[in-house]
Amino acid sequence: MNLSRKWLNEFVTVDVNDKEFAEAMTLSGSKVEGTADMGAEISNIVVGKIVALERHPDSDHMWICQLDIGEAEPVQIVTGAWNIHVGDFVPVAKHKSTLPGGKKIEKGKLRGVVSNGMLCGLSELGLDERDFPYAVITPAAILGDYKPLDPEKPSIPADIQPGHKIYGPVVAAKVNAVENAGVNLWKVSLCNGSGAVEVVTPCQKLHEGDMVALNTKAGSICTLADLHAQQAEFPHCITDGIFILHEEDMVLGADIKPIINADDHVVEFEITPNRPDCLSIIGLAREAAATFGSELRLHEPVVKGGAEGNLIELLDVETPDPDLCPRYTARMVRNVKIAPSPKWMRERLRSMGVRPINNIVDITNYVMLEYGQPMHAFDYRYIKGGKIIVRRAAEGEEVTTLDGNVRKLNHDHLVIADETRAVGLAGIMGGLNSEIVEDTVDVVFESANFNGTCIRKGALALGMRTEASAKFEKGLDILNTLPAVERACELVEMLGAGEVVDGIIDILNYVPNPTVLTLEPEKINALLGTDVSADEMVRILKSVGFQVEGDQVTVPSWRGDVLRMADLAEEVARFYGYNNIPCTLVSGETTQGGYSESQKLEQGLGSVCRTCGHDEIITYSFISPTYYDKIRWAEDDARRASFKILNPLGEDTSIMRTTVLPSMLEILTRNYNYRNKTAKLYEIGRIYLPGNGDGLANEAKMLSIGAYGSEVDFFSMKGVIEAILGEIRAENVRFEAVSDNPSYHPGRCAKVLVDGQEIGVFGQIHPLVCKNYDVDAEFYCAELSFEALMSVRGEDPVYQPLPKFPAVTRDIAVVCDKAVTVGALSDCIRRGAKGLLKDVALFDIYTGTGIPEGKKSVAFNLTLRADDRSLTAQEADEDVKNILDLLSSELNAVLR
Amino acid sequence: MKEQLEAIRKAALEAIAGTQERSELDAVRVQYLGKKGELTAVLKQMGKLSPEERPIMGQVANEVRADLEQAIEAQAAVLAEKALIDKLAAETLDVTIPGKDVKIGHKHPMYIALDEIKDIFVGMGFTVLDGPEVEFAELNFDRLNAEEGHPSRDWSDTFYFDEDSRVMLRSQTSPMQVRAMDTMELPIRIIAPGRVYRKDEVDATHSPMFHQVEGMVIDKNVTMADLKGTLNTVVEKLYGEGTKTRFRPHHFPFTEPSCEMDVQCHKCGGVGCPTCKGEGWIELLGAGMVHPRVLEMAGIDPEKYSGWAFGMGLERTAMRRFKIADLRLIFENDVRFLEQF
Repeated sequence: MNLSRKWLNEFVTVDVNDKEFAEAMTLSGSKVEGTADMGAEISNIVVGKIVALERHPDSDHMWICQLDIGEAEPVQIVTGAWNIHVGDFVPVAKHKSTLPGGKKIEKGKLRGVVSNGMLCGLSELGLDERDFPYAVITPAAILGDYKPLDPEKPSIPADIQPGHKIYGPVVAAKVNAVENAGVNLWKVSLCNGSGAVEVVTPCQKLHEGDMVALNTKAGSICTLADLHAQQAEFPHCITDGIFILHEEDMVLGADIKPIINADDHVVEFEITPNRPDCLSIIGLAREAAATFGSELRLHEPVVKGGAEGNLIELLDVETPDPDLCPRYTARMVRNVKIAPSPKWMRERLRSMGVRPINNIVDITNYVMLEYGQPMHAFDYRYIKGGKIIVRRAAEGEEVTTLDGNVRKLNHDHLVIADETRAVGLAGIMGGLNSEIVEDTVDVVFESANFNGTCIRKGALALGMRTEASAKFEKGLDILNTLPAVERACELVEMLGAGEVVDGIIDILNYVPNPTVLTLEPEKINALLGTDVSADEMVRILKSVGFQVEGDQVTVPSWRGDVLRMADLAEEVARFYGYNNIPCTLVSGETTQGGYSESQKLEQGLGSVCRTCGHDEIITYSFISPTYYDKIRWAEDDARRASFKILNPLGEDTSIMRTTVLPSMLEILTRNYNYRNKTAKLYEIGRIYLPGNGDGLANEAKMLSIGAYGSEVDFFSMKGVIEAILGEIRAENVRFEAVSDNPSYHPGRCAKVLVDGQEIGVFGQIHPLVCKNYDVDAEFYCAELSFEALMSVRGEDPVYQPLPKFPAVTRDIAVVCDKAVTVGALSDCIRRGAKGLLKDVALFDIYTGTGIPEGKKSVAFNLTLRADDRSLTAQEADEDVKNILDLLSSELNAVLR
Repeated sequence: MKEQLEAIRKAALEAIAGTQERSELDAVRVQYLGKKGELTAVLKQMGKLSPEERPIMGQVANEVRADLEQAIEAQAAVLAEKALIDKLAAETLDVTIPGKDVKIGHKHPMYIALDEIKDIFVGMGFTVLDGPEVEFAELNFDRLNAEEGHPSRDWSDTFYFDEDSRVMLRSQTSPMQVRAMDTMELPIRIIAPGRVYRKDEVDATHSPMFHQVEGMVIDKNVTMADLKGTLNTVVEKLYGEGTKTRFRPHHFPFTEPSCEMDVQCHKCGGVGCPTCKGEGWIELLGAGMVHPRVLEMAGIDPEKYSGWAFGMGLERTAMRRFKIADLRLIFENDVRFLEQF
């Protein structure tokens, strides 16, 4: 919501700068997003009067002007524009002036002649013809400007003389004198060869000595169109030129800003949805008055009326769906004269970011801005049967809205209709078939209150949120329709735009029922932690329109958001000042804070992963269903059943993942594509599994680990997993080869089991999966269930006495079939020992010279020790012999 | 013989003093004190002496031996020290050669910020809650006083899983307020961090998935002054002592009165700069007193109990904490980014 401070000043005098205004309004609850000085870029531009004008001696198109800008001597400025005459008032950009867009003007020379600044056109001041309709320039075709398209075949001879025929009644004529005959009217004396003639023309670019084409029959001076000429033939015959000022009481040398409304300041507010009343000048004025302790000056519209007829006879309104249209108020204006609205109104609209159109449309916009009540104006002649019906649209009914689009409607839309057809979308946009046009004569102003939800849904379904619908959907003050329509009619009379018909149509489908609350100062203070007096509370509430009698508070009609004590407390707090509320710490019963076991495990797992060199990542929980293809899950894989978002942003974020693998692969791939040599990552993220029973997901946490790089292989990943299992003191850990997981290398994948419970899977990503990600590298990933890790955490450690007696170590190397796993060998070794074996460590696997084909040599380092004595070599050897016997008999692994 | 002994003593002491290495010293010892050494050879001649001379010469000989042994010991110590100095000199390193690479992983910057926040609240007696992201609209909206028709319920704003708009991706961590009130004993002091989802296209400041941390206290006699005091304490711990804050009115359906909390811009110190869009303040979080209607819906009597709640965006907090300019970096997970923290 933009607010013109000039407009605001009509209702409340606030004499502080923008920054102070913004700060105070923000702290009382109207958040200011920004402020803009409309004239910030304009400086040193003043009103000047042309006192002398002569052609530039060295140019065929430039003029040397002498300007009175209220200084002792006239200022000389050279211009290329032609629409100037002695006596014109113009905006003069003096030496060292600035224009919108940061343009700087300094004195200089133009073809040898000193120019002490610049004369400004509309666009140079950031304006256009809508701001100053009188500044439209109608250029005449000046024969001296003629440049034939084909130099060989000019249609007008270069030496043409007054009286020479150009075509039909059009002859060449020379301007003898030009005299102003009113705004944009000129009395021109011409010599047509045979004598002197006088014509009155709107063409502003004529000067003594100019040769023009004179239509002797029409008595007019020809324009480009009259000569059927192209622009290129008359390069200076353009609508561009200097902005000739026609304002009252102009003072030479005065700042241009007030004239072009560049002295206004605009404040942009963020209005929260509970305060639709602040989407208006009056609403914000009320807040400003309360904030600054100033008087709010409201104005009661006065309508004279008296046009022929009575509205009750001319118009009938029906509201067959009263719940969707709680109130419908209308008045009518006859003998409308469509014209531009006056400057002050156009300026105010422009300041608020609204484009002026014509007086009637501008009035509806003006009232919407001022009162916050959307208004609509219909052309009465298109309301068939003189009847307006506010009804639900028929299924499939169509209406063409003001923007020219055909809207297909359904039963949920509310339309304004006559007896035969819809003439507008209620609360959203008017219909093209009843639009205000140039020849509109009779106008009906609608000022209604529609059901917010209905308007919101309708606008949303049609994808056309308008300023009106945005207001209605928040719920507007039902008592505002009448003052708004009265204000519109008052403005019509003020502008002389038409005659107001007596009578008001006002259909009320509601029972006025103001909210009355009991003021309980002690409860308000208890909630806020303050000590505000009851008198102060009453003063505050009254300042924003609440009526207080005794302890009874009547909530104003525009404050539908105030329903109970807490709401009153907020009103008090806003103006008492949130920053005046003291700061205290929570008192009362103390609570034992802390982290749960699961939160501690999460922290612990992250810590191990980082110790192992892995960086933490955060990935999106939603993925594309095609990602399941990328990780080679079968078409009918049950894990594909995912929570599907019905209104996703795009396919890539359309389902909730049931696996963390694609998320990790995406990040690994991204790092790989960024040419990062190594990436070691982890995430504790959720997967979202259907079938929780209550309709929600089973949101299981997963520890996802991924890595690639020169130091990364299957066993480095396994090392990380072993470190994690060690950290949580998991016991009875087993790794089993997995060859049928489609996402992993069939020979480099294992599942992790603790006490027989599966914790997760890890390994090298299948090369075909990598290919799906366009990656030519070995990726390693692990997916571990957080819940499973939680359940296999070991007991808290209990101190074990340190060994008192030395250990004996023995190295053994056995030769066995290649297929025999190290896991099977060490398991066998453990079982073969007779209680003295404390540790088995693999230290070599060898194939090659000396080892038969199909066999391998595996070497272990065995540590044997007794807790109660030093072992003898003999005891150790006996144990080793036992081990070797079992290796030989069970696995055919023989000592090398 | 005495002259002989004196000559040996002199020569030997000279030889000892002249040794440069341990091995030379050992050779000198053998030369004079060894079984075939010069002193030993002289002593072997003792038998030829008269009984009167023998004790006298014996004493002289023992003195010479003792002198030599002492000199050898002293020289050994000197040589040992010299050897150590030489060894240490030979072992001198170029300490500017880089250390061996030990790669330690990095916590994601957003979780660094979150962990700080969690620790602060846990220290104040708060419990950390975790809850579902696929959530009932009833808990995300209705129970938080954002009834049917509230704009944030639109399909243009919120992700839904069913046509009836019943199950959704939570758009805020606030349903955890409801879950806490429904399941916990009073008084309640909780924070609930987690992922939330809104239908925003990805850009430098938006992401369809982001993180919030919710906080709530419900007890008897809880005031807005408590809210201010607690949040000020948290902000001072997060951003440093003396960090200036301000509270300004705002609107949330589930708090009344509602507020937003700003911190003074760290860049300009409140004067106004591009970082704070000229305001001098940067919005940090939304908060307020738990709406009496929300308490009622949870079966808590607003006449007896009151509470406050807040919700803050974590990405923004982390971005400010580490001066990260673009939100997309948070979810891009480039290791060159991650390893800066």
